[in-house]
Amino acid sequence: MDVLTLSRIQFGGTIAFHYIYPPLSIGLGVLLVIMEGLWLKTNQPIYHQLARFWTRVFALTFAIGVATGIVMEFEFGTNWASYSRFVGDVFGSALAAEGIFAFFLESGFLALLLFGWDRVGRKMHFFATCMVALGAHFSAVWIVVANSWMQTPAGYHIVGEGLHARAEITNFWELVFNPSMVERLTHTLCGAWQAGAFLAISVSAWYLLHNRHVAFARASLGVALVVALIASFLQLVSGHVSAQGVGRNQPAKLAAFEGLYETTSNAPLVLLGWVDEKNEQTRGLFLPGALSFLAHNDFHAPVTGLHEFKPEDRPPVTPSFLFFHGMVAAGMATLFIALLSCWYWWRGTLFNTRWLLWVLVFSVLGPQLANQLGWFAAEVGRQPWLVYGLMRTPAGLSAVVQANVVLTSLILFTIIYFLLFAVFIYLLNDKIKHGPYEEDLIPSGKLALPQPDHLTP
Amino acid sequence: MNFPALDLNSIWFVLIGVLFTGYAMLDGFDLGVGALHLFTKEDAERRIMLNAIGPVWDGNEVWLVTAGGALFAAFPNVYATVFSGFYLAFMLLLASLIFRAVAIEFRSKQPMRWWRQTWDVSFAAGSVMSSLLIGVALGNLAWGIPIDDRGEFAGDFLGLLKPYPLLIGLTTVVLFMMHGAIYGVLKTEGQLHDKLRRWAMNCIIAFVICAVTTTMATLLYVPHIAARVREYPWLFSLVLANMLAIANIPREFHHGRDWRAFLSSCATIITLMILFGLNQFPNLVYSQPDPAHSLTAYNSASSPKTLGIMLVIAIIGIPIVLAYTVSIYWIFRGKVKLDRMSY
Ligand code: HDD
Ligand code: HEM
Ligand code: HEM
Repeated sequence: MDVLTLSRIQFGGTIAFHYIYPPLSIGLGVLLVIMEGLWLKTNQPIYHQLARFWTRVFALTFAIGVATGIVMEFEFGTNWASYSRFVGDVFGSALAAEGIFAFFLESGFLALLLFGWDRVGRKMHFFATCMVALGAHFSAVWIVVANSWMQTPAGYHIVGEGLHARAEITNFWELVFNPSMVERLTHTLCGAWQAGAFLAISVSAWYLLHNRHVAFARASLGVALVVALIASFLQLVSGHVSAQGVGRNQPAKLAAFEGLYETTSNAPLVLLGWVDEKNEQTRGLFLPGALSFLAHNDFHAPVTGLHEFKPEDRPPVTPSFLFFHGMVAAGMATLFIALLSCWYWWRGTLFNTRWLLWVLVFSVLGPQLANQLGWFAAEVGRQPWLVYGLMRTPAGLSAVVQANVVLTSLILFTIIYFLLFAVFIYLLNDKIKHGPYEEDLIPSGKLALPQPDHLTP
Repeated sequence: MNFPALDLNSIWFVLIGVLFTGYAMLDGFDLGVGALHLFTKEDAERRIMLNAIGPVWDGNEVWLVTAGGALFAAFPNVYATVFSGFYLAFMLLLASLIFRAVAIEFRSKQPMRWWRQTWDVSFAAGSVMSSLLIGVALGNLAWGIPIDDRGEFAGDFLGLLKPYPLLIGLTTVVLFMMHGAIYGVLKTEGQLHDKLRRWAMNCIIAFVICAVTTTMATLLYVPHIAARVREYPWLFSLVLANMLAIANIPREFHHGRDWRAFLSSCATIITLMILFGLNQFPNLVYSQPDPAHSLTAYNSASSPKTLGIMLVIAIIGIPIVLAYTVSIYWIFRGKVKLDRMSY
């Protein structure tokens, strides 16, 4: 294989692996803030137990997130050196800002979150938890700024020519709020909240099915289900807004998502189907006019088809189509599951509806799948561009790196990541089997419940 | 943002230096603790060593991440040339950092002997490898690497393993071990404390030997640095300050002022980095054999506008970062005690 293919496999693979963990940390971060907040407010020790248990899971996802994140930061330079020269002026600032504003905040307060339970007061600890969650959200902000700039460049101009051409900032805020940034950030964050919430849901449902830690599981499931329902709803709205953005900014991508070759008014949405690339047709089950409505809020508006673009400017259609529909299907499924569970919960039968609890145990896969497929759709749909409209993907490669070297590192990462994943699952399973600690129900020392006034002399 | 009166390129040369110095000073001690990890056989002692760096190692590593990001933004050509040129070396560094990071997190999660032994070895090997590779990279930048007229690296991986860079690599490992041992002395008590004090003394001796050898080797075999020192003889005062800082460590130990010994060790690292920076300036990457192709703070930087924006980000960000870094170290001051949440 050539350097290009190998580098793309390596980049795609390492970022996809990284992206298993940050959404969990971001989502669990929100849950931790809610749980600890409830504890401070109500003084019910069960919430303390919740916070302590999920903190331990959080520590695990966080550690692997950090270890795999450093790889990403280096890979731009190692594998995409020409790209780095081209965008350093623009892209680098976002990455540096992420370090200063997000990672320092996160890692600093993480120490307090994990090890500070007995060292600082309850309020201070809660503050640390909030800061860690905030830091995790900031990471998402800056990295999505950087990535969105690659999708919809803004606030720059091109200086120099040929090999020496590069993008330079003209307006920082235009760069940050580039045309796709806000909707992609909201969408990514909703996906992260879903990922965290459904992990908590899945573990709690498993406890309920096995009749273990029942009080813990009910409380945990309650908090997580509310978050999951809200996030899944917002996700639907924000997905719709994202699709409209893609239609506006990257029409070739939207056409590939839907396998639409001819520009059509009253364009149909493919519910279930496949792309016949040879005959340039998409077959399957259609919802007439729905794509026009999705993209332009009007059933009769024309949607641009792939024929408007030169063949060398079109993204690979089948993968884009499949990834996109996979994401939408997974996303719809999570929303449906959240709605159904809330309905049963409201009727008071959720905790003994075994089949639904089993569905919930596996629901953790939904957001993970949607997140991964969503990014694959977004990135593959951007092709053949590395920076949309400005730099093609092969032009971004490192000039001096040879295929056999990339193959070596690719094998190295494959081995390490398989190992890491196995250990992660093993330890997660172990923590879940062990369950929450009983001692956490009677917090002591600095964490002890505030005594009623008349007891303290 | 425009700062027409300021020499932004030089400022960013210094700021990148500050970030890497912060990294060496902070992650230096926890890489050092890692390198010493296998010297004690007892599980409880190993756990104390791990927990001595437990709350802070992650934050320390962020200095590297931020330095990398800042290098990307301020000097994209340097970032691109060095990272793609040192491809395999960086991949090894990444693998070492990954193993090290997860070993800290995973090690004490299971009681089995084989489990703990495996992660202990990963932790120690990852720490030594990381320090070594960082040192070798630094050594290569000082010695000079072949750069072609497009600004790309024109050498190969084995070419990076020359004796001089390897010597710098070794010196870095020993330096971090010394720094880590002294940090360990601060954080432990009883038997382990005494052991660490002995190790610290041995490391100091080893480091002095390395430092003298490196200085001689630099003056004898690295003509462009030797020329610079001849031109500015006051650079020797930094070497002197560096030696005094090292000599001060046993003195502080002797008086039982462990904290000051640690600060001395920090001062050693700072003076070394300043010396390195002054010998390099304005080159970030010295090109050898053709110095005209060197990558400098002027020919490989981003636009003044970006450097200005980054300066604003740094001015807002760095005080905040320092404030909570100091608070975290303050909250976790004192000797390590193991509890339920410990590693
Ligand atoms: C749990 C996660 C999740 C769920 C349920 C959905 N998505 Fe999504 N989607 C993502 C997670 C995601 C993502 C991983 O966050 C992506 C990749 C890049 C990005 O900005 O968001 C994404 C990208 C993405 C894009 C491409 C944006 C671009 O290329 O710039 C579109 C058009 C949609 N989504 C639309 C939808 C629709 C209509 C959904 C209906 C249910 C949906 N998504 C559910
Ligand atoms: C986290 C989820 C992400 C996933 C799963 C993902 C996936 C991928 C995949 C599969 C590729 C290969 C594309 C192809 O072969 O057609 C790719 C390429 C790339 N992505 Fe992403 N990506 C993610 C996030 C990001 C982010 C946040 C950035 C930037 C900040 C980014 C920047 C790039 C770059 C520079 C390439 C290389 C050039 C290319 O092949 O297009 N990606 N990504
Ligand atoms: C190419 C793109 C990316 C790069 C270069 C990158 C870089 C990094 C680095 C260097 C770290 C470790 C920080 C530390 O040492 O504390 C990290 C962790 C993290 N990253 Fe990424 N990252 C990328 C993609 C993403 C995406 C797409 C998200 C979320 C939307 C994200 C969110 C996080 C979070 C929350 C952490 C903290 C650790 C964790 O929660 O697991 N990153 N990333």
